[in-house]
Amino acid sequence: MTWFKSNSIAALMLKRIGLGLVTLWVISLLIFVGVEALPGDLAEAVLGQSATPETVAAFRKELKLDLPPHVRYAAWLGAFVRGDFGNSLANKRPVVDLISWRFANTLFLAGVTAIIAVPAAIVLGILAALYRNTLFDRLISMATLSTISFPEFFVAYILIALLSVQVALFPSIANVNEQMSFWQKLYAIFLPCLTLAMVVTAHMMRQTRAAIINILSSPFIEMANLKGLKRLRVIVLHAFPNALSPVINVIALNLAYLVVGVVIVEVVFVYPGLGQLLVDSVSKRDIPVVQASGLIFAATYVFLNLLADVLSIVSNPRLRNPR
Amino acid sequence: MKRGNEVERLLLEGKLSRREFMARMSAMGLAAAVSPLLSSMPAMAAGPKRGGRLRLGLNGGATSDTLDPGIQLAMMPQTLVYGTLANSLVEVDADGRPVPELAESWEASPDAKKWIFKLRKGVEFHNGKTMDADDVIYSLNWHRKKGTKSAAKPLVESIAGMTKTGKYTLTFELEEGNADFPYTLSDYHLVVGPKETDLAKGVFTGGYMIKTFEPGVRAFAVRNPNYFKSDRAWFDEVEILGINDVNARTNALKTGQIDVMNRCDLKTVHLFKRMPGVQVMRQDGFKHFTFAMRTDTAPYDNNDVRLALKYAVDREQLVKTILRGYGRVGNDHPISVANRYHADELPQRSFDPDKAKFHLKKAGLPGTTFKFHAAEVAFKGAVDAGVLYKEQAAKAGITIDVVREPNDGYWNNVWMKKPFCAVFWAGRATEDMMFSTAYAKGVAWNDTFWDHKRFNELLTAARAELDEKKRRGMYVEMQRIVRDEGGVVVPMFSADLSAAGDKIGHGKLAANWELDGFRAPERWWFKS
Repeated sequence: MTWFKSNSIAALMLKRIGLGLVTLWVISLLIFVGVEALPGDLAEAVLGQSATPETVAAFRKELKLDLPPHVRYAAWLGAFVRGDFGNSLANKRPVVDLISWRFANTLFLAGVTAIIAVPAAIVLGILAALYRNTLFDRLISMATLSTISFPEFFVAYILIALLSVQVALFPSIANVNEQMSFWQKLYAIFLPCLTLAMVVTAHMMRQTRAAIINILSSPFIEMANLKGLKRLRVIVLHAFPNALSPVINVIALNLAYLVVGVVIVEVVFVYPGLGQLLVDSVSKRDIPVVQASGLIFAATYVFLNLLADVLSIVSNPRLRNPR
Repeated sequence: MKRGNEVERLLLEGKLSRREFMARMSAMGLAAAVSPLLSSMPAMAAGPKRGGRLRLGLNGGATSDTLDPGIQLAMMPQTLVYGTLANSLVEVDADGRPVPELAESWEASPDAKKWIFKLRKGVEFHNGKTMDADDVIYSLNWHRKKGTKSAAKPLVESIAGMTKTGKYTLTFELEEGNADFPYTLSDYHLVVGPKETDLAKGVFTGGYMIKTFEPGVRAFAVRNPNYFKSDRAWFDEVEILGINDVNARTNALKTGQIDVMNRCDLKTVHLFKRMPGVQVMRQDGFKHFTFAMRTDTAPYDNNDVRLALKYAVDREQLVKTILRGYGRVGNDHPISVANRYHADELPQRSFDPDKAKFHLKKAGLPGTTFKFHAAEVAFKGAVDAGVLYKEQAAKAGITIDVVREPNDGYWNNVWMKKPFCAVFWAGRATEDMMFSTAYAKGVAWNDTFWDHKRFNELLTAARAELDEKKRRGMYVEMQRIVRDEGGVVVPMFSADLSAAGDKIGHGKLAANWELDGFRAPERWWFKS
C-alpha cells in the first residue's frame, strides 16, 4: 500500500472525484429548485399565448407535472443514477439523443479552438516575455487585450463582415450536419473558431507572460544568465517549466469556458451546440434536459479543474512531495 | 438609372401598377432600358421549373419543437408541417378564398349547420396508405379527443359530430351554423395523417417527405414522387434551418447559404433592398398589435377611459417609428384590410388630445396614472411603443407609466392578468375566427374580458348567415362596436417582410400567414 499515501496523487484524485460527485448532486438540486422557482411550468411555457386552462391541465397530467416537486425530483434522481437521463418533456425525445450529438459538436468546436489558441497563446506569451517591454511586446498585448475587450458577438460580426460578406472566403453560418465530411465541417466552423480563439488567447497569453517574467527574477535564472546561456534557451527550458503551474490553471479555465460559455457565438453562427439547447430548455422549463446539460457543464468544470490540479502537481516537484 | 431602379422596385413590390410603371419610366425616357429583372414578374414568367434544393433560414424554431400537428407554435414547425409535409382539407389561396385541397368539394345546409365534404380520391400518405374518410376523422379527433394537448381544440370544439357517409364522404354536424367552416378546416393544425398512427411522426400527404428533423436546428425533406398535386412542390429537396438571430439570417442570405429568410430586420431592410440578387417581399396580412385593457377592472370598465386612451395614441408615429413604415394604422378593431369584410367605411380614428382630455374628464378621472405593461416578447418594439405612447398621451394630459416586464413568462404572468398590457396577435383569416377567439363573451383568449350583448348576438347571427350582403353589414357593425366600445387600442397592423435570392420564383403571395401562407416550399420554385 505504499502507492496509496494520503498525499499521493491517486489519493488526491479519489478525494477530488468524491467531492466532485457531491458537487454535482448539489448542483442538480440547485438546478431543480431554480427551474421550479421560475414562474410557470412547461405546459404554460410551451403553449405560450395559445395556452388554455384545459390544454395546460392535459399537458400537466400527461407529463406528471401535477405531482409535488420532491416526488418528481426523487423520480428523476432515481432514474439518473441508474443511467437513465429520461425524455425531454417538450418533445418526448430521449435526452441522450438530444444531447449527445450537440455535446460532440460543442467539444469539436472547443477542441479545434483549443488546438489553435493554446499553442498560439503560449508561443506569444513566451515571445512577449522574451522581448519584454519592446514594441513587439506592447503590440501583442494591445492586440490580444483589444480582442478580449470587445464582446464576442462584435468580434463575430466584424469577422463575418470582413471574411464572409466583403470577401466570400468562409461561410457566415456554421451549419454542420451529418452529411458533411470532416474537412467540410472544419471549413464550416472556421469563423466561430477564429472568434473564440481571439477571445480566449489574451488570458492565456498574458498569464504565460506574467508567470515567466515572475520566474525571471529568481536566482537560478540569474545563474543561467551568468553561465552565458542564450536568452531563448533560458526562457524556454529554465523559466517556462517552472511557470507551468499557473499557466495550466488559466488554460483549464479557458477550456471550460470554451465548452460552457459559448452560447452567444453559437447563436451568431447558428452552430448547433449544447448552449442553445440549455437556453431553450430553460425557457421552456424542460427540466430533464436542463438537468442533463447543466450537469454536463458542471462535470466539465469539475473535470478540468481536477486535471489542472493534477497536471500542476505533476509539473511541480515541490507540490509532488510536500513536507 | 438610380431613379429607374427605384421605380422598378416599386413595381416589383406591387406598389405601382404596370401602367403607372410604364408611364413613370417613359417620363424618364427609360422605357427602352427596362432591366431583365422584370421578367421575374409572374405575368411574364416562363412558368415554374422543377428541381433544386430550397434552403430556408427561419426565425421561430426552438429545440423543444415537435411535428405534432396539435402543438405548432412557431414559424419553423409551421412551415415544415403545414407548408412542406402535410395538407388540410381546405387551402386558402393567394386571394384569401378557401379552395379544395384534400377535399374535392363541399356543400352546406341552408342554416350552415350541416356540411358535407367530398374527399379527393387516390391521395397517398408517405407510408403508401391511401387516404379515406376514416383518416380525416382520426386526424380531426387528434384535437378533439379527451385530454388532448392540442392548441387547436377551441377550433374544433364547434364540431358536434362527424360521420363517414361513404368511403370518401364526410358529414359534419356543427353545434351552431358557421358559414366559414371551410376556413376553419384550412387551419394549419388540422392536417390529415393516416389513422391509428402517431401524427407526431411526420407522415402526411404533402409534397415532401421528412428525412431528418432536429428541432430548432434543421429539417430536411425530399420530394414526394406520388404527390397528388402535379403543379406544386417544385423543389427536389427542402432544407429548413433554424436561424433565430436576424443578422445571421441576413448574412446567410447575402452570402448565398440560404435562399429564403423570414422576418427581415426593419432597421436595415432599406439597405437590403438595394443589394443586387436579393428580393424583399412584403405581405400585408392580419398581424396586429394591441394594447389590451381589462374591461372588468377599474378604471378600464369605464368606456370613457377607454376612449380617452384610444384618442391619445398617435398611430402614424407608431407605424413610422416602431414598424419603420412597414405596416398600417389600426382603427381599434382587429379586422385587417386583408380580411373580406374589412369596414373601409368606418372613419379612421386619429390622434386627438382634446377628445382624449374630454373623455377622461367625463369619466371624472383626470390625473389618474395608467400603468401600461410591456415586454419585447409581446411584439418587437413593444416597450419602445409604450414609451412613445406615454409621450403622446402626455400631450393630452394623460399620465401613462410604462412598466417593463420580463420576456420570460410574459404570456402567463402579465397577459390577461395585468389590466393594461401590450399584446401580439397573428390575426385570423376570417372575421368570425378573430372575434370568436378574442372578443366573444367568456372565451379563453378574451384578453379584455369584454362582454357586449349586441356584439355577441351579431357574432352568432353573422356566423350562420350565408347571404354575403347581410353578413357584411353585420361584420361592419361589429367592427364599429369594437372600435367605439371595445377594450382594445389597435394602433397598428404589421406587415411581414421576407427576402429571397432573385432566383426564387413565386406567384401572388397569400397573406394569411408568413411566407405565402407558410407554403413557400410547396408554391415557389427556382427560375433557372
